[in-house]
Amino acid sequence: MSKLLIKDKEITVPGEVLAEGMDYLPGIGTYREGQTIRASRIGLVNIDGRAIKLIPLAGRYEPKRGDTIIGFIKEIIMSGWLIDLDSPYHAMLSLKDAGSEYIAKGADLTKYYTFGDYVVCKITQVTTQKLVDVTMKGPGLRKLYGGRIIKINTHKVPRVIGKKGSMVSMVKQATGSKVIVGQNGTTWVQNDDPKMELLTVKTIEKIAEESHISGLTDRIKKFLEKETGKKVETKVEGE
Amino acid sequence: MAYTKRLDKRKFDEPREMEAKVGIIPRADGSAMFRMGNTIAYAAVYGPRSMFPRFLQDPQRGTLRCHYNMMPFSSGGERVRPGPSRRSREISMITEKALLPVIDLSHFPNAVVDVFVELPQTDSGTRCAGITAAAMALADAGIVMKDLVSSISVGSIDGQVLVDLTYDEEAYEGVVADIPVAYLPGSEKLTLLQMDGIVAKDILKKAIELGKKTCKDIYELQKNALKEKFKIKGDSK
Repeated sequence: MSKLLIKDKEITVPGEVLAEGMDYLPGIGTYREGQTIRASRIGLVNIDGRAIKLIPLAGRYEPKRGDTIIGFIKEIIMSGWLIDLDSPYHAMLSLKDAGSEYIAKGADLTKYYTFGDYVVCKITQVTTQKLVDVTMKGPGLRKLYGGRIIKINTHKVPRVIGKKGSMVSMVKQATGSKVIVGQNGTTWVQNDDPKMELLTVKTIEKIAEESHISGLTDRIKKFLEKETGKKVETKVEGE
Repeated sequence: MAYTKRLDKRKFDEPREMEAKVGIIPRADGSAMFRMGNTIAYAAVYGPRSMFPRFLQDPQRGTLRCHYNMMPFSSGGERVRPGPSRRSREISMITEKALLPVIDLSHFPNAVVDVFVELPQTDSGTRCAGITAAAMALADAGIVMKDLVSSISVGSIDGQVLVDLTYDEEAYEGVVADIPVAYLPGSEKLTLLQMDGIVAKDILKKAIELGKKTCKDIYELQKNALKEKFKIKGDSK
């Protein structure tokens, strides 16, 4: 008879036994050893029918194809730019992916993007050796001007964005800020009112810190209402 | 003369008072502190990050790099010469080998996970405290691990098996054996077994069993410390 040894939404540590018996299936972040299913990292248990998976609570960003991320230009080479992703690997932005404009070989690349510029880009390819290619061609992919960059953990990004973007649009609407959240956790916040910009930063940091505690949307809503003194409306109810 | 009473009045199977904390170095990706008695170990984990010098990179998997250091003022009155030594290189290496079987870095080719173990105060059992702290710090950094690693030193004085030797016990006049063990509480395997001194075969076996038993208690402490880190933030509702 199979036995579940842990409750839903509980925090696990590596090696902890989550379930015994063959009736349960190991999902992401877990592994089977003999008759048991064990956790392989620090995370939050998510039980979905027979499958047990973990939502990681810590760890660095692993580049994935199709992710929209925010990175900064760390080096300029002959064939393009090297972009820091806040991950163990950097990405390559080649001349032909740099934008709609044609860039001739040997042109002064600092005219387009220069050292320390932050850009929103999309990962087009990741090899097994973690060579990453990015593109700037596409809607919303651009260089960032002004505002400020904050860094949150990559695993908190889904919570900051919320279901169908509900959380981030709530923050945007309440504070009137522009917010772009990259999948790698690098987040750009811009508002002409510095006070509101700071409030946005504070809110996003609060979301990231408390993301694993239930009732997040309501708490953030109350927090924003208290800070701005205005009523905040949410499109999607609950989490 | 038989060793009938321990110098600090503990029972023979009683380790020193232990304390574990996680997430104490905010700038690090993962960090932990482990204290047993007067031995304090801090561990900080950085990474996975790109590895330099480049010739050390492994294109097949990530590398674990451990660094063990006793601070100059850490030991009982005698200044420890700072910088790498034969001893610290050895302990760095065995720390790495004790942790490597549980961690999975196959997703991070050419990258490195750096583990720094610093000891501000020591009273024997430093490598064990270092490994215990490092395992917690690695878990806190979100590294994929099969299991945690718990470590304690066991030994014997004049044929009496005991756990968690202090410096005074290691220096006791008599037949002393000091055996640091590192243990995987989940899969029940040893990843470190060293010995200093003289010991009989049956006593060695008894000592290892005692070490395993104590490591299970340490594991509970590590587990609670890791869970505590995320619970504290939960109170700010």
